[in-house]
Amino acid sequence: MTSARGRRERLLWGAGSVLVVCYALVPVAWLLSLSLKRGADLGDHRFLPAVVSLEHYRAVFQDPQFAAALWNSVGIAGLSTLAALLPGLLAAYAIVRLEFPGRRLLLAATLAIAMFPPVSIVGPLFDLWRSLGLYDTWPGLILPYMTFTLPLAIWTLSAFLRDIPWELEKAARVDGATPMQALLRIILPLAAPGVFSAAILVFLFAWNDFLFAISLTSTDNARTVPAAIAFFTGSSRFEQPTGSIAAASVVVTLPVVLVVLLFQRRIVAGLTAGAVKG
Amino acid sequence: MSRGAAASRRLAWLLCAPALAAMLLVAAWPMLHALWLSLFRYDLRFPDRTEFVGLHNYLSVLGSEVWWQALFNTLLITVASVSVELVLGFAFALVMHRALVGRRIVRTALLVPYGIITVVAAMAWRFAFDPVTGFVDALPGLDHAWLAERGPAFFVIVQTEIWKTTPFMALLLLAGLALVPEELLRAARVDGAGAVQRFRRITLPLMRPVILVALLFRTLDAFRIFDTVFVLTRGAQDTESVSLVGYNTLVTRLNLGLGSAVSVLIFLCVLAIAALYIRGFGIDLSRREEGR
Repeated sequence: MTSARGRRERLLWGAGSVLVVCYALVPVAWLLSLSLKRGADLGDHRFLPAVVSLEHYRAVFQDPQFAAALWNSVGIAGLSTLAALLPGLLAAYAIVRLEFPGRRLLLAATLAIAMFPPVSIVGPLFDLWRSLGLYDTWPGLILPYMTFTLPLAIWTLSAFLRDIPWELEKAARVDGATPMQALLRIILPLAAPGVFSAAILVFLFAWNDFLFAISLTSTDNARTVPAAIAFFTGSSRFEQPTGSIAAASVVVTLPVVLVVLLFQRRIVAGLTAGAVKG
Repeated sequence: MSRGAAASRRLAWLLCAPALAAMLLVAAWPMLHALWLSLFRYDLRFPDRTEFVGLHNYLSVLGSEVWWQALFNTLLITVASVSVELVLGFAFALVMHRALVGRRIVRTALLVPYGIITVVAAMAWRFAFDPVTGFVDALPGLDHAWLAERGPAFFVIVQTEIWKTTPFMALLLLAGLALVPEELLRAARVDGAGAVQRFRRITLPLMRPVILVALLFRTLDAFRIFDTVFVLTRGAQDTESVSLVGYNTLVTRLNLGLGSAVSVLIFLCVLAIAALYIRGFGIDLSRREEGR
């Protein structure tokens, strides 16, 4: 192989990289630019703002609806993550470490839930939640999020737990550690990266959900960001709230971009652990 | 059975109990409840007119134009987006696999569409294609009422779906590419196999299981499409998906009987797709859980 050919190939893959990056980021850049346009310039059909203005950000942060939605989203997605990880971790431990006849049944159940169309249970949940007083409350959303992310949690966690050198636990026991000590001091630190990966994926699922959010809530009580953005009315009823929606979208997208930048290795590991390994 | 095995069995069930309970109570039981409700005339606006009607709701749904239209739309969106995603995802995965310099940057960039809220992604594209606020109209030859006509509206929906979910496909395929031994490709190259031949004869067959799993997940996901259509058209221009029909019947019109019948039918469609993949292509999903 000549070095000219190698260089040409490298150039080709480099150009491909640039294209992929542009494809992935152009819509985000577009939202950002739209959110920085002045209200009067929104219809100027230009990609970049002629004059940069922060008016839409001011409007969004003064809107009590948006603040409520942000708080609801962070709280509900955070609690859902905890609620899914604890039972997920217990079940994953059982799957990896214990022999029991129901293992295949459990895995089949998680698989079924993962494929389950959420719209199929929106009606009954709507009906049940209203009679149980869970409609338009945090637990009313946390319960379905926890349930629908359990498969994700169990798969990702069991894929990671399987890779832990469990002999270390036995070694620690031989050295005189109690079972609890062995678990907390030896196994937990080894499992932490996997748990963290699973946590990010579960959080993103709850953070992203729209169907349950609009079906099971009606007010600022529990309405989350995706629902608030879709039904944004803005401060004035007569003005198209395009700018405000764009600004709100940027505000909720920035943390995600940050998380992605910081933890991309963990996210990719979690995403592919369940699907490719084994 | 030894006492140790029995104890480990009991412990296993105890550990699995919370997860199982959640899945039974919040997914399985509501599903059975939907099955039950679908046999009744049950409209929340007229609760006193509730009565058992057998399979009448199913006959109404299956006899309606709306359902078949929505099913067709959903299948169209699913097939169009998943097939493009596979090709594009492969291209992206190869770029990440081969590019030495920009690999990390590409991966980071691709995680942005994956992590972004679907509603936000759909909003970005809606504003881009909007006749008033958009920039697409201003591009030469693209002056179109994009979301006001059926064909172009489908195009916008499908391309939004592709933008949002190709990264998932690409990252799974990238992990699969790592399983293809480099020496094998090099040996084939020495033997005179071209790039296309190497890809078709070595890479593709070795990656078959990964490709099928990625396709299965994405197909089921695409079939449940709701957010994108809701934000872009709300089902106008005949772009309604089955999930949108279910939502409209259940939550907007509060017709729980009829809506539950739609829900059960969607569930059956998903089962059929899963069965098609698992039986038809022979994906063995249980094998991956057995460990190595």
